[in-house]
Amino acid sequence: MINFEYVRARDVADAVREVSAEPAAKFIAGGTNLIDLMKYDVERPMRLIDITHLPLNNVEETANGGLRIGALVPNSDLAYHPLIEKRYPLLSSAILAGASQQLRNMASTGGNLMQRTRCFYFYDVATPCNKREPGSGCSAINGINRINAILGTSEACIATHPSDMCVALAALEAKVHLAGPAGERAIAFSDFHRLPGDTPQIDTNLEANEIITAIELPAQGFAANYSYLKIRDRLSYAFALVSVAAGLELEDGRVKDARLALGGVAHKPWRNPEAEAVLRSQPADLNAFAKAAEILLRGAKGFAHNTFKIDLTRRAICRTLAQAANGTPQIQPSKKIR
Amino acid sequence: MDEPSSQSRVRPETHLKPRKISVTLNINGEQRELAVAPWTTLLDALRDRLGLTGAKKGCDHGQCGACTVLVEGRRVNSCLTLAIMKDGAHITTIEGLAADGALHPLQQAFIDHDAFQCGYCTPGQICSAAGLIAEGKAKTADEIRELMSGNICRCGAYPNIVAAIEQAMGAMGSKP
Repeated sequence: MINFEYVRARDVADAVREVSAEPAAKFIAGGTNLIDLMKYDVERPMRLIDITHLPLNNVEETANGGLRIGALVPNSDLAYHPLIEKRYPLLSSAILAGASQQLRNMASTGGNLMQRTRCFYFYDVATPCNKREPGSGCSAINGINRINAILGTSEACIATHPSDMCVALAALEAKVHLAGPAGERAIAFSDFHRLPGDTPQIDTNLEANEIITAIELPAQGFAANYSYLKIRDRLSYAFALVSVAAGLELEDGRVKDARLALGGVAHKPWRNPEAEAVLRSQPADLNAFAKAAEILLRGAKGFAHNTFKIDLTRRAICRTLAQAANGTPQIQPSKKIR
Repeated sequence: MDEPSSQSRVRPETHLKPRKISVTLNINGEQRELAVAPWTTLLDALRDRLGLTGAKKGCDHGQCGACTVLVEGRRVNSCLTLAIMKDGAHITTIEGLAADGALHPLQQAFIDHDAFQCGYCTPGQICSAAGLIAEGKAKTADEIRELMSGNICRCGAYPNIVAAIEQAMGAMGSKP
């Protein structure tokens, strides 16, 4: 870890001022990913701006029946918040599928969005990596790429986004509230993270002088028919090889509305509205689920060690949708279906 | 002969002088004041500066849980926590769990169930279990296993660790 300066932001405006003043500054909240990456010399901020004292710690109901979650609400508090458990159990389940309780106690809501990839080569400063060192090359494309992406990859990068929480937020069509020097703005969750293209060093559409202040959930939480299925090499405390967040609204055995997002397979939580549209007005059965999976996996491309993910994802989508339709969501602690 | 390669890799910014900042930590009920550099982790402050070597440095990356302590009653990885960010916080380490010389029910349960071999992960396991019991979310052995998954035991004492935690939950009246 390189030496750095430390400042404590007093309020949101102060945080924005501080980050605008030093291009090599970073915000720190939970620090669970940033400190880790600093110890590996992957992140080398000259100044850390401590934002943990900002008043962004509340979960509030919004006028349109949704919730506004402050960016500093810890992941564990969010997962166990009574309103989240009751109205957005998909989000609660996804959060509890990730990390350990110690890390969830530390990690913030906003910070979860800002996690960087867990690609082995991004972490290993002895190897080329376009995300870490633009233009140096991608070691994963011809390297050990079992954990890497199958969708939306580019010749520059095949990294995945590691978050579970974000997969649920994508499915729920959350909004991300940001503050910057020009004031506040909100962007759709699907517009927050980026595909790698030829600039894989840029993970998100957050500007360098902006801060995440809140996540907003719309009223529809798919609380009756949802599931978050996470498939990994170890039953707990491992990143997803593939994960699926599904929410269904059913009427007389037919799908009225559907949401579907994938984790562990792309540079961002993967959605395709066409896959959701094909489910609407159809019976909630395997036939329809397989069609949705086919659309969602359109263009999937495997590499030397991860081609298995394509079939795995197809089956995971069908199983997650079946769990959602049957009202038998994946239970995170027991890994059993209720 | 060429210059040693390490010479050319010295980065100017690593010479930034450690400007130490005074923090007060309430550790196991005692106010401790110390001056820390911004990059000093809570784990290093506890072990190297305050002589509290119970919390262990295993992986130093938040993966093994050996460094687990309680900050404001919540279990965290002290290796990923900057001491400077915890100014004024109440911290409990393994050294602070026994009250008036009597072992904490978790400590007694770990002895009763032989819930360790080498013991290196044990302070982290016990602090983590104390946090788990305070959270009140684990009701079954499956849930204990899941919510203790941030603590690795390379000796593989897991079945005994789960049994010890179940016993302590009973002793502390938190078993449903």
